[in-house]
Amino acid sequence: MPRLRSPAALEELRADIVSRRAACKPCISVCCGAGCDAVDSARVVKALRDEAVKQGGKVGVKATGCHGFCEKGPNIIVTPGELCYFGVGPEDVPGILAGTAKGVRIDEVPFYKHQMRLLIGDNPRIDPTRIEDYLALGGYAALSKALFEMTPDQVLDEVKKANLRGRGGGGFPAGLKWETAKNAPGDEKYVIVNGHEGEPGAFMDRALFTGNPHKVLEGLIIGAYAIGSHRGFIYTRHDSPKLIEHIETALAQAEEYGLLGGDILGSGFDFRVEVHFDVGIFVSGESSALMRSIEGNPPEPRPKYIRTSVSGIWDKPSNLNNVETWANVPQIISRGAGWYNSIGTEGSKGTKLVSLSGHVVNSGVVEVPMGTPLRAIVHDIGGGVPGGKPPKAVHFGGPMGGSIPERLIDTPLDFDALAALGAPIGAGGLLVMGDDTDMVDVARYFLEFLTNESCGKCVPCREGLLQMLKILTNMTKGKGRNGDIGRLEDLSDVTGMACLCALGKTSCDPLRSMLRYFRDEYEARIPVE
Amino acid sequence: MKRESPLSEIVLQIDGKAVKATEGMTVLQAARSAAISIPTLCHHEKLEPYGGCRLCMVEVEARGRKNYVVSCLYPVARDLVVRTRSEKVDKVRRVILEELLAHAPHSPDLVRLAQEYGADKDRFEKESSFCILCGLCVRYCAEVKEKNAVGFVDNGVRRKIRFVPEIASNECWDCQECFALCPTSYAQATYFLTEALAFPGRRISWTR
Repeated sequence: MPRLRSPAALEELRADIVSRRAACKPCISVCCGAGCDAVDSARVVKALRDEAVKQGGKVGVKATGCHGFCEKGPNIIVTPGELCYFGVGPEDVPGILAGTAKGVRIDEVPFYKHQMRLLIGDNPRIDPTRIEDYLALGGYAALSKALFEMTPDQVLDEVKKANLRGRGGGGFPAGLKWETAKNAPGDEKYVIVNGHEGEPGAFMDRALFTGNPHKVLEGLIIGAYAIGSHRGFIYTRHDSPKLIEHIETALAQAEEYGLLGGDILGSGFDFRVEVHFDVGIFVSGESSALMRSIEGNPPEPRPKYIRTSVSGIWDKPSNLNNVETWANVPQIISRGAGWYNSIGTEGSKGTKLVSLSGHVVNSGVVEVPMGTPLRAIVHDIGGGVPGGKPPKAVHFGGPMGGSIPERLIDTPLDFDALAALGAPIGAGGLLVMGDDTDMVDVARYFLEFLTNESCGKCVPCREGLLQMLKILTNMTKGKGRNGDIGRLEDLSDVTGMACLCALGKTSCDPLRSMLRYFRDEYEARIPVE
Repeated sequence: MKRESPLSEIVLQIDGKAVKATEGMTVLQAARSAAISIPTLCHHEKLEPYGGCRLCMVEVEARGRKNYVVSCLYPVARDLVVRTRSEKVDKVRRVILEELLAHAPHSPDLVRLAQEYGADKDRFEKESSFCILCGLCVRYCAEVKEKNAVGFVDNGVRRKIRFVPEIASNECWDCQECFALCPTSYAQATYFLTEALAFPGRRISWTR
């Protein structure tokens, strides 16, 4: 591969890739995301390829990342026409290739048509192991623009003006975080992708990162340029082999093309990236614990009286953003903050990936503009609860999020609106709960998860969660005692106030939201004397 | 190049009293230097601050914003207003003590603090291990003795301390300094259990 030494060389290469494809033969993209992989989409890929060869190679077959509609996998999309086929098996292959099987246009599929797929929409068009696919869609043009047409300050300014808020959980403005790291004293600075995504019910980062690794990488390089960092880290899961393979391939290909490494695109800007893996517990995804882990220490959170953007890995300024946050950066640079601000609400801009699961007809990865009412996600996109009954509750944010009752389902998807109701968006896992859901058992389940995932260093997390779990377990077994609700309230108040890290502080948020909205179910578990 | 500058003096307010401190000190150090007491379980002046027990939590106010922080880690700052007791602070301490009393209801340190904060030792279901995981033994062995004969194993609710037989059999008999630090005598118990299981008889031959 030629090393690209200027923006013109990049555009030349892009034109070359596109022109060789202009012959426009039909292409079948097969979703090989985690959900479809589990129902053996690999067999469909093989059957399609065998059949395509038999027919003289007039059709291309692409194994891609997650298309989004996990419920109906294996999914395939045939272009031109963007015809979707669901639940495809090898036996369906001849019919699809002959054009006799009936597909549905993507914009007529209810699950897709109410979405705005700015980030995940490229997944069906990209073989994640081929950088050329990303380049053909305009990839790395934003990086080229940032490096040659903008100063680092202008890049930072654009991200600040875009009001991009962190997608990892806190919703902290990314631009302000970047600025803190940029202005922190010291020449050595780091940028990090948090690709840990450890919470049950969240699978959108994996879908995006596995399916389109270059988008995240491009965002990271642009961020590094703005902040003045020459060394980046990708911290991700040790247990997702496909994700690891795609990230490593992407890094190697970007480096070969001169889009990563020394003197990127001939700009004089150097930036290198290392991949690090988690050690298998949830708290590794907490920012300070993650940084301890990258240093080679056990992932125990540090108190953040000094921000990690000032003193992080090896006490150097370290800017951490999650996968989805980084993936938003290239489009902000290429299309501008003004465009980005036209999507979303006053306080929450852009689109948001949501992992939709639970008691819902259409589960999968959803992307909608901020401000979309939860009703549209649950009913228009998700198809409601199987059987047609209204849901009892929707739960956002996994084991550190909260549940809100059905009567609040018209609340917009907005960082502040949902946080005010006690169900912060978190990373974006949306769990729909049907009317037979036991709200005591849901809280018990989340606490059981967290007692195993806590690091165990500080008392209110380790002991508080344990005592709450014991009380809830007793309640679900019909052994509730008088005073249990008071005990739960005291324990959750203190855990929420006194824990060392954000995981601990938010660990009883589900329980608190349930005591707020579903208190009667808890009171019903206490015997009347 | 970092220029050497004398550490600047800071005046902060703790419980209504003006307290002088130097930059880099923690609120706990400043309070203790002014004879203002804040309870701690995992703190030891020879060891790095740990922030594990959370008992030293205090209320701080800076630029009009109120916050709850652990004083063993929180750095002093000019014009910081600190309150070492308040309804919320006392509640945190009471519940933390009740959580720990589920492990070690007879620990003298805990019993004394329980009286002060009105903690009920029977509020929560009892736990079988009487270790409160303050980590004094582990950190003393690592930071002061540099032996690492005792360490933490596992995480979350399964976290515990364990002696490493290969190191303990050589190092511990002549030291045992961690025993006196342990608020519940669990370090001793675990050490002798390790000895009995992993290198029995060694001590008898030493003492004869």
